[in-house]
Amino acid sequence: MSHSPATRTTPFDTLLVANRGEIACRVMRTARRMGLRTVAVYSDADATARHVREADEAVRLGPAAARESYLDIAAVVEAAQRTGAGAIHPGYGFLSENGAFVEALDAAGITFVGPPASAIAAMGDKSAAKARMANAGVPLVPGYHGDDQDDALLKAEADEIGYPVLLKASAGGGGKGMRVVESGEQFQAALDGCRRESQAAFGDTRMLIEKYLTQPRHVEVQVFCDSHGNGVYLFERDCSVQRRHQKVLEEAPAPGMTAALRREMGEAAVRAAKEIGYVGAGTVEFLLDADGSFYFMEMNTRLQVEHPVTEMITGQDLVEWQLRVAMGEALPLAQEALTITGHSFEARLYAEDPEQDFLPATGTLTRFAMDLAGAGLDPERVRLDSGVETGDAVSMHYDPMLAKLIVHGDDREQALATLNRALAALDVQGVVTNRAFLQRLATHPAFQSAELDTRFIEKNEATLFAPRQYRIEEYAGAALVGLNQLARECESDSPWDRHDGFRLNAPHTIRIALCDPTHVQDDESSDNVVVVEGRRERGTDTGWQLAIRGETLTASLQPLEGDAVAVTLNGHRRRLQARRDGNVVVMVDPSGETRLFWRRIDAIDHGHHEAESTLTAPMHGTVVALLVEAGQKVEKGMPLMVMEAMKMEHTMTAPADGHVASFHFQAGETVGQGDVLLEFAPEE
Amino acid sequence: MAVLTTQINPRSEGFQANEASMRHEVMKLRELTAAISQGGGEKARARHESRGKLFVRDRIDHLIDEGSPFLEFSALAAHEVYESEVPAAGVVTGIGRVSGVECVIVANDATVKGGTYYPLTVKKHIRAQEIARKHRLPCIYLVDSGGAFLPRQDEVFPDRDHFGRIFYNQATLSAEGIPQIAVVMGSCTAGGAYVPAMADESIIVKEQGTIFLGGPPLVKAATGESISAEDLGGADVHAKVSGVADHYAENDAHALQLARACVSRLNWQKRGELKMQAPKPPRLDPSELYGIVGTDLKKPFDVREVIGRIVDDSAFDEFKRYYGDTLVTGFAHIHGYPVGIVANNGVLFSESAVKGAHFIELCAQRKIPLVFLQNITGFMVGSKYEHEGIAKHGAKLVTAVACAKVPKFTVLIGGSFGAGNYGMCGRAYDPNLLFMWPNARISVMGGEQAAGVLAQVKREQYEREGREWSKEEEEAFKQPTREQYEHQGHPYYASARLWDDGVIDPAQTRDVLGLSLAAAMNAEVEETRFGVFRM
Repeated sequence: MSHSPATRTTPFDTLLVANRGEIACRVMRTARRMGLRTVAVYSDADATARHVREADEAVRLGPAAARESYLDIAAVVEAAQRTGAGAIHPGYGFLSENGAFVEALDAAGITFVGPPASAIAAMGDKSAAKARMANAGVPLVPGYHGDDQDDALLKAEADEIGYPVLLKASAGGGGKGMRVVESGEQFQAALDGCRRESQAAFGDTRMLIEKYLTQPRHVEVQVFCDSHGNGVYLFERDCSVQRRHQKVLEEAPAPGMTAALRREMGEAAVRAAKEIGYVGAGTVEFLLDADGSFYFMEMNTRLQVEHPVTEMITGQDLVEWQLRVAMGEALPLAQEALTITGHSFEARLYAEDPEQDFLPATGTLTRFAMDLAGAGLDPERVRLDSGVETGDAVSMHYDPMLAKLIVHGDDREQALATLNRALAALDVQGVVTNRAFLQRLATHPAFQSAELDTRFIEKNEATLFAPRQYRIEEYAGAALVGLNQLARECESDSPWDRHDGFRLNAPHTIRIALCDPTHVQDDESSDNVVVVEGRRERGTDTGWQLAIRGETLTASLQPLEGDAVAVTLNGHRRRLQARRDGNVVVMVDPSGETRLFWRRIDAIDHGHHEAESTLTAPMHGTVVALLVEAGQKVEKGMPLMVMEAMKMEHTMTAPADGHVASFHFQAGETVGQGDVLLEFAPEE
Repeated sequence: MAVLTTQINPRSEGFQANEASMRHEVMKLRELTAAISQGGGEKARARHESRGKLFVRDRIDHLIDEGSPFLEFSALAAHEVYESEVPAAGVVTGIGRVSGVECVIVANDATVKGGTYYPLTVKKHIRAQEIARKHRLPCIYLVDSGGAFLPRQDEVFPDRDHFGRIFYNQATLSAEGIPQIAVVMGSCTAGGAYVPAMADESIIVKEQGTIFLGGPPLVKAATGESISAEDLGGADVHAKVSGVADHYAENDAHALQLARACVSRLNWQKRGELKMQAPKPPRLDPSELYGIVGTDLKKPFDVREVIGRIVDDSAFDEFKRYYGDTLVTGFAHIHGYPVGIVANNGVLFSESAVKGAHFIELCAQRKIPLVFLQNITGFMVGSKYEHEGIAKHGAKLVTAVACAKVPKFTVLIGGSFGAGNYGMCGRAYDPNLLFMWPNARISVMGGEQAAGVLAQVKREQYEREGREWSKEEEEAFKQPTREQYEHQGHPYYASARLWDDGVIDPAQTRDVLGLSLAAAMNAEVEETRFGVFRM
């Protein structure tokens, strides 16, 4: 089936990118290289965001909330008309898979850089899509994709398929409105939660159910079709490392892939695309089982977040391909001309705290930089696709992904080594990120030996989140970094302000306390605090004698370029990236990150603990539901209130047996980080 | 400004010998200081800490700002004075920075004789309060003391500058607007009870601090009432019942946090106003002071070599360079603070004395702090000098030194003998702070001269009586005097008796002066009114 509306061949010289963040920046980069004028759009929250700064022109869409800005079709169309943009690239997310948007553009005579509305519609309804795929001979996972959404029926279907099952919003994507249900008892609660999320995210509550494979890998195939009936595949990506069904680490090619299987999956993917009259860049996602059988999951009718790994191994610019296809050109290369060179990884940097169940984080990036030279990295092999820069704010309104780090190597091993070095060189301050977690993933033995499946993080939780034993050398390093910084934090010229630990007729002496992150939240008895005494002779460039836990080390620190420093302990010199970020000392080397909290020696909690009587919002967000009545007796751990932030639900639970004295917010109200949500009265 | 250059040759034998001997003295000083800083020794300390109490120096580390300097006074107090050692006289005093404010800290060391007050403990405590008054520095008392050392009550209790003066000072310091903060971390008995009671704000540690006029044994003896120390005057009593204490602390560390919080609420403003420069380290290396000065007072050195290793950028604008050149005067900066320097470069003549008086008048007029570098055998003697009136010229210098109201700091870098000590702002002239180098000596005259004078008197007596006095006999007569002077003129002897505020490593002189100057800037620099100069 061939499909080529006349609007698709209209040439354009101005491209509007209906997106934000890294993808907007990335698309505009290629567009500029191709000689196109670029137009950004923005919400009030993004008025000075990087994608706006980098565009030739930018148009305000509306308030911060996505539905009033980036999801507002009329506003986007008007922006294109105001700026004379002949084409719109939707990026990913937002309007990228919205058939109504494509139809609106068709009506306005604006080229949509992407597939026709019919193709989006065909794949957008997951249930209908599966039926067509079955017709085209693409293998499917057992499941229920029916229109009847009766609770009991859904439950019966799930029972029939057999647990565990995956509950998924029909209209969904990106992990929202999606839960694994381990048993029949959990089904109803999961269904309610999924519907709530789906309603909020997509305005639709329809669910589908699928068999949940126990050791599946997520392998997806990049396909490309033009309006002349040509279709190729640009090989596969393995995106098995996920958390909450959100991809974290991706790679291409997929480890262990045979040439035969690659061809088989590639051809199945092109078949799937052609079945629905696809044009442009698309991704066909498969679950690959250990025995080499694969099942169609879904087709993403847009450019994927992880497309750069494909670009790295094929040497192609997929955005350029998209734009050429949108201009009506034929695909630049035929299947036979496409080859794989080396191996590539992508790591997604999120503003989130892996130690706190990946809770999204907000704040201002006081520093966002990558010191390639300092880390000895080849700029040809390392690519940082970022939508932020130093000084930018990370708000609650959008996806918490800050940037993507993409590396290339001659083989998987080399690429992985480069990824580790590059992660170490990435310096993000002011906002909590998953950077260190990514490093732990990338250095994990199971990941290094490519033992991949979609539950990689859950399976390796024990080792990925194991409390670290901090060595004396790490305390010494942190102490040196802190002492060095302390000496530079003079507020005035007064010699009293020099922080040099002057002591009469004795070496200069400074005592500080360090606390490891696993204990920083605890009641800080002195057991969890390591006191370091540093002594050194007068003068600033001599080394320190550090006394830590009864041991003495000779230690010195030499600043190198950027944040790189050389730390020498008892004659053993190591190079690392180090900085003091407020009261945290961060040290990063290719083997990982060490964070130690810096305290005054007297900064120990001295008791006077009142029972926790308030619950505060962990982040900016909206109250979704109050689950109990004020005054109602509850047990410890019972859910009290649900709030939504960063498109994720967070449940506030009872801190003890007792009752809620009062709620400070009602459903639908917006709360700020740290706001008191409710007063809790614990039982005496 | 003119930058001083050096004439010294660090490879010369003389330099090397000087360097070795001074380094030896500094090492001795550091070893002694380290030993003293252990307080009452390991056993006493272990016992102290087993009660959950912090050692006195740990308390100070907790109290002061992170990485902040601590300028300790008179660590050698009471050294070799009493029948058994009383390290640091049982009380650690000094200036530390607390919540951004320079404060005088007076901290009892309960590991030394239970923190009881020996005569020199009292003297040291009162000296710290005087420093606080002179520099206008808030006082923090970390109290952990059994009160007066009873066997020596006659030297501790009755006189003007004895125990009672501590509370007199607290009252009058408070009256001058100088905050008085007491942290009761142990006993605070009898007179000691007035430290927290007289304080502006006081903090007491739970199950550790006690305050009472009479302890349980005295109460039992006097009234028959049997009561525990805690029930008589513990934290619960004073924080909840009596109101003697204002803040209740869980433990030492918490108490010190509360003390820091107290200081942060003082609304403290420095009053001194000096035109500062950006501080610059000296161009000449301060560690070369050892080799320049050495320990042999008979070997002269050019004091400009010393000045060049103390002042910013080694820059020194000399005043009256070619007049009265045995006294070097001039302007410089130390850690950015402008100072007038008055330094001996030989015996004082009439011209040098008058020049010194003139220079001090300049500094007083301009409100520039004065730094005296003492290395003085005395004023010149002989008929020529007496006839030209060296006494009245010397008197002009003494008058100027005595009356100048600018902050004055004195460092004894060599000899400090006779009237030279007066003219160069010795202890009697109330310098803000006075320090000694380990090579310095202080006495009414040199041991040799004193022995000579006494021998001369003896010889005249022998001659009147027509007796023979052999060279050997004279030598034997002189030796004890020499030894006595050497012993009593030694810096440790002086510092043990609080004739100074501490013996310091020459290489730290610049930092010590910088810290002192900065601390002095808490007080307003007063107008000077000079007395009558005999013309």
